[in-house]
Amino acid sequence: MALSENEVLEGLAEIVVDETGIDAAEVTLEKSFTDDLDIDSLSMMTIVTLAEEKFDVRIPDEDVKNLVTVGDAVTYITGAQA
Amino acid sequence: MTVVVTGLGTTSPLGGDVASTWEAALAGRSGVRTLDNDWAEKYGVPVHFAGQLAVRPEEVLSRPETKRMDPSAQMAIVAAREAWADAGSPEVDSERLGSIVSSGIGGVWTLLSAWDTVKEKGAGRVLPLTVPMLMPNSPTAYVSLEFKARAGAHSPVSACASGAEAIGMGLEMIESGRADIVIAGGTEAAIHPLPISAFASMQALSKRNDDPAGASRPYDVSRDGFVLGEGAGVVILESEEHAKARGARIYARLMGRGMTADAHHIAAPEPNGAGQTRAMELALESSGLTTADVVHVNAHATSTPVGDMIEARGIRALLGSHADDVLLSATKSMTGHLLGGAGALESVFTVKALETRTAPPTINVTEPDPELQVDLVRDTPRALPAEGDLAAINNSFGFGGHNVALVFTTV
Repeated sequence: MALSENEVLEGLAEIVVDETGIDAAEVTLEKSFTDDLDIDSLSMMTIVTLAEEKFDVRIPDEDVKNLVTVGDAVTYITGAQA
Repeated sequence: MTVVVTGLGTTSPLGGDVASTWEAALAGRSGVRTLDNDWAEKYGVPVHFAGQLAVRPEEVLSRPETKRMDPSAQMAIVAAREAWADAGSPEVDSERLGSIVSSGIGGVWTLLSAWDTVKEKGAGRVLPLTVPMLMPNSPTAYVSLEFKARAGAHSPVSACASGAEAIGMGLEMIESGRADIVIAGGTEAAIHPLPISAFASMQALSKRNDDPAGASRPYDVSRDGFVLGEGAGVVILESEEHAKARGARIYARLMGRGMTADAHHIAAPEPNGAGQTRAMELALESSGLTTADVVHVNAHATSTPVGDMIEARGIRALLGSHADDVLLSATKSMTGHLLGGAGALESVFTVKALETRTAPPTINVTEPDPELQVDLVRDTPRALPAEGDLAAINNSFGFGGHNVALVFTTV
C-alpha cells in the first residue's frame, strides 16, 4: 500500500531530524536541503540511503542531484513507490 | 621547555567524568559486570563480562552526534569536552593547538556492523559515513574539528600503549615548538563479540565468568588474564609559559617520556622486560630526574600471568631497594583494560594521585604473587609523602612490543 505525500514527508522528516538534529517543524516541502537545512553531500547521501530502506524505493545516484528541496524528494519517493 | 597538565577528562567503567571515576577508584569499586546480552548463547563467546561505561555516550551526546561517530569517537569527544572545560576553555590560536587522540583498534563496531549490512541487505545499504566512522584517526579528527585544532591531528597506534604514546607525542609536539596546547589521550570501544572472541582465542582474557568484579586481579597468584574495558581519557597538555600567562590551574608537570620497542615477539613481552625497563629509564632521563624522586607507579599490570611480573621485576630492577618505598597501583583491577584508552585513563589517575598525594588501590589481590618486590597499594588508598616534589611513572605496553613510560611530577 503506497504512502501518501504527507506520510512520506513525515517519514523523511524523521530521518532528517535523526541525522542533523534540525527541529522537525523545519522540515517542510519548500526547504532546500543544502541552502536551508545546511545538509552536506555526505549527509544527503546518508538520508537517501536511509530513505531507500525506509520506503522500499530505489533512488539512483544520478537522480539525487535533482532532489533540491524536501518537496522534490517527497514527490520522487511517492512516485517511486511500487 | 616545561609541559604541564591543565585539564582532565574521562568517561570510564567507573564513571562518566573524572570526579566520579576518581571517587570510585579511591573507594575500590569494580566497574566490571556481566554483559547483558545474548553473545554467549548466540555465538558461544566464552567470556561473559567486561568493564562497560558507567554512562553511555548517548546519554550525553545528541542523536546526530551518536549517528555520525563510532562509539570510540563518541567516548573521545565526551572526555575531550570535559578536559577542555576543566582547563578553562583556553583562548588559543588554532594553529598552535594540536590534537593527538589514539585508539588501539579503531572503529570496530562500525566496520563489523557495516559488514553485517552488506551480508544482510546488500552493498547499497552501506551508509556513506562508514569510512569516516571506522578509520582509527576518526577520534582525533573529531576532536580537531570540535576545538579547531590546526597545529596537527595525530593518532599513533600501538595497541594498548596507544593512549600513553599519544600523551608522549603531545609532550614532544609542544617541546618541538609546534603547539602551545595539545589535547591528548586515547579511547577504545571494542566490547564486541569479535574482539572478545579473538582475545579469548589467544588466552589473553580472564574466564572468571562466575565472579566478574573479582576477575581483574593484577599481581594476585590466581590472576588468569585481563578484563576488557572501554572508555576514554584525555589530558590537556600546555607549555608552562602559556598556562601561566593565562592564569590556568596546573595539576602536574609532564616531565618526560620513554618509548621503546621489544622487537622480540608480535604479542608476548620480552621475558626479561629489558625494553620496558629502558622505557622507564629513558622517561626519567628525559625528565632530568632520578629513581630516588619516584614515589608512585601506575603499572600497566593487566592481570595476565606472565606480563604482570615482567613489569614488576623491571620496576624492582630499575628502582632497587627504593622500590620498597614506592607505592605501586594497578587500577585496571577496577576499570578493566581499556586497550588504547588505558594509558590515557591511567595518566588521569597518575595526575590525580600527585595532585591529591594519594595512591589509588589495587583491588582483588587476596594473595600477592610471592615474587612481587614493590610496595603494592591494596584495597584502600594510601597517602604519598605530604611534603616535597613528587614524581610518578605511568607505564603502558602494547602487543607488538611497544613500551611507553610517562613521568609526571607535582607542581
